[in-house]
Amino acid sequence: MTELTQNLIDGLGRGSIYALLALGVAIVFGVMHLLNFAHGEMITVGGYLTYWTALQGWSWWVAAPLVLVGAVVTSLVIERVAFSRVRGSSDFTLLLTSFGVHFVVSAMFLLYVSASVKTFDRPGWVADTYAVGPLRVEVFDTVVIATAVATLLGTSLLLNRTMFGLSLRAAAADFDTARLMGVRSDTVIRGAFALSGLLAGIAGIFWLMRAGSTVPSAGIDPMLKGVLAALIGGLGSLRGAVAGGFVLGIAEVVLRSRLPDGIAGLTEGVVFVLIALLFIFRPQGLVSVARAERV
Amino acid sequence: MLEVAGLTARYGAIAALRNAELRVGSGEVIGLIGPNGAGKTTLLKCIAGLVSPARGTVSFDGEVVTGWAPERLVRSGLALVPEHRRIFVDLTVAENLRIGAVTVPGPQRAQRLAEMGERFEVLADKWDTPAGYLSGGEAQQLAIARALVSRPRLLMMDEPSLGLAPVLVDLVFDLIDELRAEGSSLLVVEQNASRLLAAADRAYVLRSGEIVATGTGEQLAARADLFEAYVGPSVDGESS
Repeated sequence: MTELTQNLIDGLGRGSIYALLALGVAIVFGVMHLLNFAHGEMITVGGYLTYWTALQGWSWWVAAPLVLVGAVVTSLVIERVAFSRVRGSSDFTLLLTSFGVHFVVSAMFLLYVSASVKTFDRPGWVADTYAVGPLRVEVFDTVVIATAVATLLGTSLLLNRTMFGLSLRAAAADFDTARLMGVRSDTVIRGAFALSGLLAGIAGIFWLMRAGSTVPSAGIDPMLKGVLAALIGGLGSLRGAVAGGFVLGIAEVVLRSRLPDGIAGLTEGVVFVLIALLFIFRPQGLVSVARAERV
Repeated sequence: MLEVAGLTARYGAIAALRNAELRVGSGEVIGLIGPNGAGKTTLLKCIAGLVSPARGTVSFDGEVVTGWAPERLVRSGLALVPEHRRIFVDLTVAENLRIGAVTVPGPQRAQRLAEMGERFEVLADKWDTPAGYLSGGEAQQLAIARALVSRPRLLMMDEPSLGLAPVLVDLVFDLIDELRAEGSSLLVVEQNASRLLAAADRAYVLRSGEIVATGTGEQLAARADLFEAYVGPSVDGESS
C-alpha cells in the first residue's frame, strides 16, 4: 500500500507536467482541429534559452521567465509563419505542416547551434526529499503539483470567466457560428496558441529542471507525452486532456515500479500497448466531445 | 439597406448560386423561398461572409462588403440565425447570449442580456442551463435571441421554423411580426412558404441557384404555377 501511495505521488508529479502539455495540445486542437506535433518545440527553444542563461552565469530565477516568454513567442511565431497559411485545410495538411515545423525547428538548432548535448545545472532542490510518514516525497514533485494545480485553476477561470475564454470555448464547439456572433478568428486562434505556449512553457521549466540538458530533438518526448495524454483524454476535451495527463503519468510510474526487472525498460512500450487497447475499446478517449467545426 | 448584385457562388465545379439579385430595404421583411438545394442557404452564407462568392457584390448600407469576414459584418450590423440553430450546446443559455453580445461594449452587456431575458421569458427561467438541454422551441428562441442581442440592423434567419411543432411555428412568425413592428429589417429563408409569404413585404423565389420570381407575398402566393413548379405542391405548413 505504501509503495502504491508512493507511486501515486510520483505519478501525480509526472502527470502534472503531462497534463499541462496535453491541455495546450487540446486547446489548439479545439479551435483549429490541428494535432500539433510541433508542440514540443516550445520546450526545445526553452532548453536552449536555459543553456544560454547558464552560460551567462544566471540562475533559474532568470531562466524560468525567459523559458515562459520564449515558449509563448515561439508558439505565436509558429502560428503566424506556418499554421495561419493552412487554416481551413484538410486534417492531413495540418498534420504534415506540424511535422514540418517540428523538423525545421530541430534542424535550425542542429545547423546553427550544435548537434551535441548542451547541459546546464539543475536547481539544488530538485533532488531534495522530505518524509511524510513512511513516504519520501520529492520537493520537486510538490512544487510541480502545486504549480500545475494553480495553473489549471487559473486556466479554468480564464476559460469560464472571461470573454476571451468564452469565445475560445464557443470557437472550439463551432468555429463558423462563433464567427457569426462576432468572435474574431485571428484573436481566438492566436490567443489559443499563446495560451498553449504558456502552458508548454510552464511544463517546460519543470521538464528542463529535471532533464538538466537539451538537444535539437529535445521536443519530441514532451510532444509525444502531450499528444498521447490529449488522445487518451479524448481530443478536443480540455478536462479529458488534463485527466489523460495524470493517467499517463501515474501509469508510467506504476508500471515502472511493478514490471519485472527484466522488462522494466520497456515501460513506455507497455504504456503504448495499453493506449492502443484503450483506443480499441474506447476510440473517443476518456471524455467524448461534440464534433467541432474546423477553421 | 442590403443589395446583392450578380452573385455567383460555387462549391468546386457546381454553381450553387447564379447571378442572384436581391434587395432588402430599411424596415422590410423579405422572404426567400424555394425547394431544397435551390441555393437559399448559400445566398445567406455569401451575405454573412461564410462563403466567398465567385462573382458579384454584396452591399450593405451603400458599402461594398463582399468578402468581408463574418465577424466584421456582425460589427457593421448584420446578423444571421443559422440553419439548425447551431447553438453552443455545452455552454449555458447565458453564455450563449454573452457570445452573441461579444461585439457589445462590456458595460452594456448585462443590460442587453436582461433585455433578452424579458423578451424570451422561457430563456430567463433557464439562464444557467446548458443549451443542449433545451427543447427545440427553446433552442430556436435562444438562437434568435443570440442574434438579436447585438441589435443588428439586418437580421437574417435560415429556416427558423424547421422541425418545430405548429404552436412553436406560430411563435416564430409572431416574433417576425413583432420585429417588423419595431422597424427591424429581416431576410428570412423558410420552407413554410405560405406562412412566409403572408408575413413578408416581398419575396424572392430561388430555384437551382437562380432567382426565378419576385414580388409581394400576395402576388407570389397567387401564382399557383410557381408553387407547383418551384416550391412544391404542398405549401401549407409542409416542407416542400
